[in-house]
Amino acid sequence: MSADADFISIRNVTKMFGAFCAIDDVSIDIARGEFFSLLGASGCGKTTLLRMLAGFEFPSSGEIFIDAQPMSNVPPNHRPVNMVFQSYAIFPHLDVRDNIAYGLRKQKLPRARRYEMVDEMLDLIKLGGYGTRKANELSGGQRQRIALARALILRPKVLLLDEPLGALDKQLREKMQLELRELQRKVGITFVFVTHDQEEALTLSDRIAVMQGGQVLQIDTPTGLYEAPRSRAVASFIGSMNFFPGTVRRNGGPSAAIEAEGLGMLPMPEGQAERPEGAAVQVALRPEKFTLSAEQPADRPAVEGRLATSAFLGERSHFFVRIENRDAPVAVSVPNQATLPGGPATGQTDTPVWLSWSPGSVVVLDPD
Amino acid sequence: MRGGSYLRQPNRALQVYAAVFLVVLYLPVLFIPLFSFNDSLYVRFPLKGFTLQWYVELWSRDPVWNATWNSVRVGLAVAVVSTILGVVAAKAITRYRMPGKSALVTFIMMPLVIPGIIFGVALLVLMSRLGVPLSLYTVALGHLIVCLPFSVATLLPRFEGFDTSIEEASADLGENGWWTFWRVTFPMVFPGILASLLLTFTISFDEFIMAFFLSGTDPTLPMYIWGQLRFPQEFPSILAMASLILFFSIPLIFIALWMGRAGMDTTFADRSDR
Repeated sequence: MSADADFISIRNVTKMFGAFCAIDDVSIDIARGEFFSLLGASGCGKTTLLRMLAGFEFPSSGEIFIDAQPMSNVPPNHRPVNMVFQSYAIFPHLDVRDNIAYGLRKQKLPRARRYEMVDEMLDLIKLGGYGTRKANELSGGQRQRIALARALILRPKVLLLDEPLGALDKQLREKMQLELRELQRKVGITFVFVTHDQEEALTLSDRIAVMQGGQVLQIDTPTGLYEAPRSRAVASFIGSMNFFPGTVRRNGGPSAAIEAEGLGMLPMPEGQAERPEGAAVQVALRPEKFTLSAEQPADRPAVEGRLATSAFLGERSHFFVRIENRDAPVAVSVPNQATLPGGPATGQTDTPVWLSWSPGSVVVLDPD
Repeated sequence: MRGGSYLRQPNRALQVYAAVFLVVLYLPVLFIPLFSFNDSLYVRFPLKGFTLQWYVELWSRDPVWNATWNSVRVGLAVAVVSTILGVVAAKAITRYRMPGKSALVTFIMMPLVIPGIIFGVALLVLMSRLGVPLSLYTVALGHLIVCLPFSVATLLPRFEGFDTSIEEASADLGENGWWTFWRVTFPMVFPGILASLLLTFTISFDEFIMAFFLSGTDPTLPMYIWGQLRFPQEFPSILAMASLILFFSIPLIFIALWMGRAGMDTTFADRSDR
């Protein structure tokens, strides 16, 4: 067995806090060098799972292996992992250099060597020359980098990050996302990243585990999660999604079709699970998979509708289209290069439009 | 008010009230130093003349120095022990989950509201039952009970005030509990520790009731003063001594309170600048 594919192995881990089940029989394998995210709304158990990897919480049952070593009886100070805390937990009584060098005490290095290592880290995080600043003279983004440097200087096998970008404003966050990704490639350390921000998870991760109620809903690559969600919960948590209740119609033939509310008969997409005649399903289509046009397109399935509302978002516009046999309007997202009957970015209410979609982007899910 | 905000407006009535409050509280105390410089055996107006003789007299009196030295020794021991106990208690209260925590805190704070005479009598009975002779040690024991709530009350906000993930970060970076305490917790609560030392020393130094019940043959300074009150001719020296105690105690308390808060705004408001 390859030691690399399950460098971190979380096996059937359950965590109870009293009667409350925070983590419910979770198993995850994380590969060496991977940027792995735990994604979910607050209270889904992602932080508890991360704290178990760090050693601040112990599993009620199950076992966590890091590099093939069971971690149950290993306290945080003896684990080959380091953590970047959500609050950064910078030591306020120490300057930047002593913060970064904090974990080096046991290595008994001469002071000059220690400072040399600190300076290397400061360069890596682009804070060269900040060594003698006090912690409370730093901005949020700088603290975040100090917390990173303080953990990375110990060359951990795994770096744990608990919503490290959550406290930063939007622009800084996007900049730090790129830097973090670049840093991870540079140092080659396995990152386990906790976030509630699906966009951030999609941007950064090699793979993502979507969590809800202490369980893992799906583990997949960002594209996998986005294009082929396996449940309605995942589909609606990642990006936005239109759901159309539908029914499987086989008519005795080998090829199946789905009768979806408002969209009519759709061919069953390839690779979807075998479903019996009459089975209820959800047809899911992302807003950007639709196209709006004035005339009926010849080459793709389409239905007729009328514009309900629209919203201009800059690089793209959102339209809500009412179609027959369906109460909720269909959300459509259009990049603002296209032109529409009522104008480029917005449309008049009640403008008749044709709503078409590419058959390959249809996702079929179990009903809830 | 132009320029101010609703809550920051000067409030004339409140200012007058505060002034009256302070005058009523401290005016009687001010008579002590006033008469300690008065060239007369009797405490009454009009003042006779300015003199330092009562202070000079104090200086040359051996029992005064003995009593002061006794009080200092008891005070130092009580300050150190109660602060250590306070640190341990505050750490336990803020860091561990335990049943009956709030009841425990209430019990620790109880000596603040229970009359000292009750503790004094109780300890006296206990000591005599156990056959422990009364000495400065028994006085110190009594003072410990009085001082512990002050120590805990001074240290608790310090321990509560900082993010526990800072201690977790230390563990995460490889330090065990012992080193985490010395490298992180101790420096962060250090101003609180100093404040607690000053406060408990001052309280022990000035304490009378416990000392009254638990003193042996060595008097503490307040006990000595009590003893001297019987002699009218000694009264001006007592005023001089009381003035000195006030002169040293009040700044110590101010420093202790200031330190208890020092740095709490900058160091602990770490996360406010998002």
